Amino acid sequence: MAKNQVGAGPFARRPDNSAFKQQRLPAWSPSLTPHTVLSVFYGLSLICVLLGIWLLITVQNTYQLKVDYTNGSCKKCFEMRKYPANATKNCICTANFKVPKAFLGDVFFYYGLINFHQNLRRYMDSRDDAQLVGRKKSLKFPSTYCKPFAYDENGLPIAPCGAVANSKFNDSFRLVYHQLDGPAVTVPLHRRGITWYTDKNIKFHNPPTNTTLQEAFQGTAQPLYWQRPVYDLDPEDPNNNGFINDDLIVWMREAAFPNFKKLYGILNRAHALFSHGLPAGNYSIIITYNFPVQYFQGKKEVVVSTVTWFGGQNYFLPIAYLVSSGMTFIAAIVLTVIHVKVGRDGKNMEE
Amino acid sequence: DREHNLSFKYAVSAIPRNGNQQPLDYLILLIKDILIENPHTNAIKTSKYNVLTFLPLNLFEQFQRIANAYFLCLLVLQVIPAISSLSWFTTVVPLALVLSITAVKDAIDDLVTLCLSSSHPLSPSLAVSFTLALCFCLSLCCPLGEVCCEPPNNRLDRFVGTLVWRGQKHPLDNHCVLLRGCTLRNTDWCFGLVLFAGPETKLMQNCGKSSFKRTSIDRLMNVLVLFIFGFLVFMCIILAVGHGIWEHYEGTKVMAFVPQQNEDTAFSSFLTFWSYIIILNTVVPISLYVSMEVIRLGNSYYINWDRLMFHTGSGTAAEARTTTLNEELGQIRYVFSDKTGTLTQNIMCFHKCSINGKDMMMVDFSFNSLADPRFQFYDNNLLEAVKLETLEVHSFFRLLAICHTVMAEEKNNDLVYQAQSPDEGALVTAARNFGFVFRLRTPESVCVVEMGVPRTYELLAILDFNNVRKRMSVIVRSPEGKLALYCKGADTIIYKRLHESCSKLMEVTTEHLNLIGATAIEDKLQDGVSQTIEQLAKADIKIWVLTGDKQETAENIGYSCNLLREEMDDIFIVAADSPEEVRQELRCVEWCEAYERDVQVTERWHGTEIKGLLILGIIFTQHVFPLCACMCFQAYALEGSMELEFLRTACMCKTVICCRVTPMQKAQVVELVKKYKQAVTLAIGDGANDVSMIKAAHIGVGISGQEGMQAVLSSDFSFAQFRYLQRLLLVHGRWSYLRMCKFLRYFFYKNFTFTFVHFWFAFFCGFSAQTVYDETFIALYNLMYTALPVLGMGLFDQDVSDGWSLEYPQLYEPGQRSLYFSKGAFIKCALHSCYSSLVLFFVPYAAVRDSVSTDGHDIADHQSFALLTQTCLTVTVCVQLGLDLSYWTAVNHLFVWGSLGMYFLVTFTMQSDGLHRLYASSFPFVGTARNSLDQVTVWLTVLLTAVLCVLPVVVHRFLFMQLNPTINDKVLKVHQMKAQPPPPRRRARIRRSSTRRSGYAFSHAYGYGDLVTSKRFLRRPVPSRSAGSTPAGRSAAFRPAGRSAGYSPSGQEQNPKQATEPTELQRYRAVHDATFCRQGVAPE
Repeated sequence: MAKNQVGAGPFARRPDNSAFKQQRLPAWSPSLTPHTVLSVFYGLSLICVLLGIWLLITVQNTYQLKVDYTNGSCKKCFEMRKYPANATKNCICTANFKVPKAFLGDVFFYYGLINFHQNLRRYMDSRDDAQLVGRKKSLKFPSTYCKPFAYDENGLPIAPCGAVANSKFNDSFRLVYHQLDGPAVTVPLHRRGITWYTDKNIKFHNPPTNTTLQEAFQGTAQPLYWQRPVYDLDPEDPNNNGFINDDLIVWMREAAFPNFKKLYGILNRAHALFSHGLPAGNYSIIITYNFPVQYFQGKKEVVVSTVTWFGGQNYFLPIAYLVSSGMTFIAAIVLTVIHVKVGRDGKNMEE
Repeated sequence: DREHNLSFKYAVSAIPRNGNQQPLDYLILLIKDILIENPHTNAIKTSKYNVLTFLPLNLFEQFQRIANAYFLCLLVLQVIPAISSLSWFTTVVPLALVLSITAVKDAIDDLVTLCLSSSHPLSPSLAVSFTLALCFCLSLCCPLGEVCCEPPNNRLDRFVGTLVWRGQKHPLDNHCVLLRGCTLRNTDWCFGLVLFAGPETKLMQNCGKSSFKRTSIDRLMNVLVLFIFGFLVFMCIILAVGHGIWEHYEGTKVMAFVPQQNEDTAFSSFLTFWSYIIILNTVVPISLYVSMEVIRLGNSYYINWDRLMFHTGSGTAAEARTTTLNEELGQIRYVFSDKTGTLTQNIMCFHKCSINGKDMMMVDFSFNSLADPRFQFYDNNLLEAVKLETLEVHSFFRLLAICHTVMAEEKNNDLVYQAQSPDEGALVTAARNFGFVFRLRTPESVCVVEMGVPRTYELLAILDFNNVRKRMSVIVRSPEGKLALYCKGADTIIYKRLHESCSKLMEVTTEHLNLIGATAIEDKLQDGVSQTIEQLAKADIKIWVLTGDKQETAENIGYSCNLLREEMDDIFIVAADSPEEVRQELRCVEWCEAYERDVQVTERWHGTEIKGLLILGIIFTQHVFPLCACMCFQAYALEGSMELEFLRTACMCKTVICCRVTPMQKAQVVELVKKYKQAVTLAIGDGANDVSMIKAAHIGVGISGQEGMQAVLSSDFSFAQFRYLQRLLLVHGRWSYLRMCKFLRYFFYKNFTFTFVHFWFAFFCGFSAQTVYDETFIALYNLMYTALPVLGMGLFDQDVSDGWSLEYPQLYEPGQRSLYFSKGAFIKCALHSCYSSLVLFFVPYAAVRDSVSTDGHDIADHQSFALLTQTCLTVTVCVQLGLDLSYWTAVNHLFVWGSLGMYFLVTFTMQSDGLHRLYASSFPFVGTARNSLDQVTVWLTVLLTAVLCVLPVVVHRFLFMQLNPTINDKVLKVHQMKAQPPPPRRRARIRRSSTRRSGYAFSHAYGYGDLVTSKRFLRRPVPSRSAGSTPAGRSAAFRPAGRSAGYSPSGQEQNPKQATEPTELQRYRAVHDATFCRQGVAPE
C-alpha cells in the first residue's frame, strides 16, 4: 500500500500495512479453558487405560524364562575360570530347566550378562568402525582409540581391535529337549539372522580379498582374549567368519545398561517337534563355559522368550500406562471439582 | 593554573587569500582542519574495522565476551584425548555459527556507523568575535604568531587561549572558535586557524561517552549464568566424586576388559570432572545470547514498522534506535517527562492579549500583504482597533515589533524571523500580522513597517533578557525624535515596576512605566496526552513531570493533561528558600499524609495511593543567582539525607511535578529513583535539556519535534508524539517483555532437560562421562532442532492482542513486578526440567531395559537407547513449546513442525548408509533410526514421556488459573467471550477555562542582544548576504552529526535547550542553564 506512495508527502515513510509488520498475522490462539482441559484429561485417561489394558493382556500372553548358570551347576567351570592359567582349558557344564507351559510362536534365545558395563565411555570408544567396515588401512593401523588393544606384544595390529571386541562373549550353548517319551532332541536354532540387517550389510564388512579370508587378515593378530582368530570364528559356516560373524556383530552393539541380554539364536520351527514353538517339558543347556564373570561380580544367564507385537516381555509400559491413566483420571476429577466449586463463575473480573 | 592549562601551543598558519580585496572583519579560529605540528589528521574514524582487520579484530573482540571465551576453553578441553567426552565438532559447529552471526551483525553495525559519521550537519553559528586589523589579513600568508590555548577537552562552552601576534596578545574565548560541524551563516567565507583536528575536536571529545545500557533481564541473566556455572561445577563435582567411588569399588574389577589409562583414582576423577564439564556445558547454551539478540532485533523492527506510531503530520515513524532494550519497555515503573515539546507541541501561538484592560481575540489578515499565513487567531475588535489607529493598540504592537532581539532575513521575498526562543518569535510574528512588521535590523536602528509605512527607530540601547531581570528593555528614538523605553518581561517583574517605584528605572526614564498590555502565548497540549497519562497511570506507571517552567505553569499543565485532577484535594507545594525549610516542608508533607491516612509512613508505596501533588519548587529561585540555585539544590535537596526524604515524599504522591529543574537536576532525580527504588525508569523529552535524563534513565525516549534532534540522537527510542508512549509501553513493551521471558523460561527448560538426562545416565555408566545422545544430536539440538520454534515464540507470541493490552492497562503490571522471569521463575524452570529429565531418562530406560524389538533383535543397545531418548526429548520439548505458545501463526506452525520434521530428516540422513561409507568412524549410528523407529515400543514410550512431562504442567496452570487467576487469565476470559476489544474510547478533552489555569509560561534565556548591539553583525545589507535560512523558532536550528548528541555548534550561549551539553552534564554546569520564565508583556 504505502509502497505505492513512496516519495510522496508525509506518507512516504509510512510503514507498510502488512499483517506481518503490524503483528496482525492470522493466528490460532489456544488457551487453557476448563472445557478443553477437562475433556483432554478425561480423554487421555481413557486412551491410556485402554492402551494399558491392551498392552497388559498382550504381555501376559508372552513367555519368558531365565536360567542363571553363573554358579550353581556350573560351579566347577566358574572356579576354573577364576584363574587365567586355565584359559585354554575347555569347560563344559549343563544347566537344567523346565518349561511349564509351551512357548507358542517364535522363540528367541538370549544370553544375558548382569553387571557388565558395556556403556563405559572408554570401553565404548575402544573400537575402530573403519576397521570393522573392512578398510585395509585401518586393518594395518588401528585407531588410537583401540589402545591398549590395538597391537599385540609382537607389534602386530589386532583385528578386530579394541576393548569391545576383545571382551566378546564366548560361551556357546546347545539346548536339549528331553521328551517325556522319547530321546533327547537338540533344539534346532537359527544362529544366523540375529543381527540388524544394516549392521550385517553396511556397518560390518570383511576386508576385500581375492583369495581366502585368512589371507585378508594376514599380518593381524587375534584379540588377546580370543581363542580363535577372527577369520575362523564359525568353523561350520565359512560365510559367518571375519567381521561379519553374527555373534561378533551382536556383541559389538554395546548395551546401554550394565544388565543386558543379547540374541543368541532363534528357534528353527522347521523341525516338526518345534513347529508351534517350544513344547512344555524338561530342557537342559549344555554350556561351553568360557566367559569369566567373577572379576566384576557379574552373572550369566540364558533367556528364552517369545515376543509380542510391541516387543519383548516388558511389564513396564502397560503398567506405566495404567498408572498414568489413573493419575490423569484423578487429576481430572480434582480439576473438575475445583472448577465447579471455585472457577465456574470465576472471581469477578476486575473492571 | 592558567599556565598549566595553556600547554598547547600552535603556530599560526595562514590560509592564502585568493585575491579578494574585500575587507575582512573577523578572524574565526576554526577548529577544523589540520595544523602544522599537529600529528593528528582530521579524519575521524568512527568505524571500527576495515576489510583486512575485520576478521582478526572481530574475533578478538568476540572472544572477549565471557560466553565465547568459555566455549573456546571447552574446545581446548575437547582436544585433550583423556578428557574429550565429545567430538570437537559438537562445540565447533555451534561456536562457528554463533561467531559468524555475531560477526555479520557487527559488520552491519559498523557499516551503519560509517554512514552516520559521514553525514554533514547543518547548523547556524554566530560568526565572529574578534577583530584584527586589516593588515593582519594581508600578512596572513606567513606565520607570524602563536596561539596558546588549553588542551583538547570536551567543554563546548569554554575556550581559553591567547593569540600572540606581532608582539601583541589577544585573548581568545569560546566566542572565537567554531566547532567542528558548524556551518557558516550570513557570510560566505572567512579565514580560520585550525586548533584541534580529528579526535581532538570537541565533537569527538564528546563522543562515545554515552553509557552502555543493559536491561534488567540482562543483569539478571548475568547473575543466573554465574549461578548456572556454579551449578555446573557442582554437578560435575558430584559426578567426579561418584566416578572416584565407582572406580574404587567397581572399576578395578573391570580392568581386564576396559583399558585403564591410569591407576590413580583421584586423577581419574579429576579428568572425569572436566569430561563432564564438556558434556554438561549445554546448561550454558551458546546460542542463548544470539537468540536473545535476534528476538530483540525483531521486536525493535516491529516498533519501526508500527503504523499506529507513525505521525502523519511530520511524516515520522517511531524508531527503535537501540535494539537491545526492548523487554525493558515492559517493566517501566517510573516515567520522567519533560513538559515543553513533550507534553505540549512547543509551537508557540499568540493566543490572547489584553490592551488597555480589554481582552482581545480575532481572524482575518487579508488587508496585510506581509502577514504570516501560519498565524491564525483573532478578534475583530482588535483588528478594528488596529485599523482605527487606536493609540494604545498601536503602541502595543509597536512594542512587540521593536522590543526584541529577533533577526530578520528575507529570502525569496519571504520574511523569515530567526528568534532565540519560539515565544519571542510568536510575539514578533503577532505584531507583524497586525500590521507592525519588523523588517530589518542594524546595530543602530530597527526598521519597522507600521501599517504599510516604513519607519526607522534609532536604537539607543538594548537591555537583553536575562534570568535575573526576567525582562528586556529597549530605548529607541522614533523618527519624530521622541525617546521611549519599551520593556517586556515576566508579569511578576513588570507588576513590580508598575506598582512600586523602581529606583533604577527612575534614573533612566524619570517617568513611571505605563502598562500597555499583556500577552498570552499558548503552547498547546499534544493530542491524546491526557488519555495517555491516564492509561499509564492505570498501568501503575508513575509519571513525574520534570520541567524548567515555573510553578504556576507546571501546575496548569498538570491540570490540563490530567496529571492533576480537581478531586486531588491535597496539593503539596514544596518551595522554600533554604535547605532547612525544604526539609521541613518535605517532612510536613510526609507528616500530613501519615496523619490523614492514619498509617505509618514507611517505605511502602505499593499501598494505597495518596491523591496529591508535590511540586518541588527549586529553592532560591526568587533572589539568588541561578548557579546558586543549582548548587544549593544539589547540595541540599538531592544529596544526603534530603534526597531520601524527597524521594520518600515524592513516592507517596500519585503525581509529582518538579518545576524549575535544570537538566542536571532532571538527571539527578532519575538517578535518585534508579538508585533507591530499583525500579525501571523511562525518561522522555525532546530537547537538549532532556538529554541528560534520557541518558540517565534505563530507557530514554526522544520526541522528534520542534527542538531539533539532540534528544532523539541520544535516545533509545524515538517517535513524534507523546501519545505513542502508551503503545510503546503497553503494547510493544509488554509483548517484548512477555516474549523475552517466555523465551528464556523455555530456553532454560529445554537445555536443562537436555543436559540433566546425562546426569542421570551417569549413575548407570559408572560415571564414565559417556553421553546419552548421539554426538550429532548434541551438536544440532540447540542449533537446528529446537532453535526456530522458540525463536518463533520470541518473535510472534501474543497472549492478548494489542487492543486488549490497551483496553486493560493493568496487564502491564506483571512486567513491572518482574513476574514472568525472575530468580524464582528460573528455579521453577530448573525444577521442571529436573522432573522432565527424570521422566525422559527413566521411562525409556524402563521401557527398553528388558525389552527387545518385535523381531527379537536388540533395542536396549546404547545407540537405540540414545535415539529413543533424543526422540522423546525432542517431541517433549516441542509439545511443551506448543503448550507455552499462545499465538500460532503460520510461521510458528512452520517452525514447530519444520523443526520436528528436520529432526527426523537429519537423523535419518546422519544414520544413512552413504555417510557411513564415507566416514565410518564419524557416523557409527548407521541404521539405528531405521531399526528403532519402526518399533511400536519406541512410539509408545515417546507418547508416554510427552504425556507425563506435560500433564503436570497443565494441571499446575489450570489450578492456578482457577484458584488464583492473574489479570491475564481474567482478560483472556473476557477475550473468549468477546472476540474483539471495544473500540478505544474517545474521550472529549476537558478544557479548563478557569482563569486560575490560564497562565502559560515558557523558558527563555539570553537572546541575541549581545550580537545585536555589538555592531559586528551584518554590516552588509542583510537580505543580499544572508546564507541559509532558518525559520522562526527553534525548529531547524540545529542538527548535529552522528550520535554525538547534544553538541552545540556555537560558543555563544544560546537557549538552554540548545546549549546544554548532555554528556558533560555530570561534569560542569553552565551558569545559564537554568530555565526561566517570562510572562506577559508590559512595556513602558
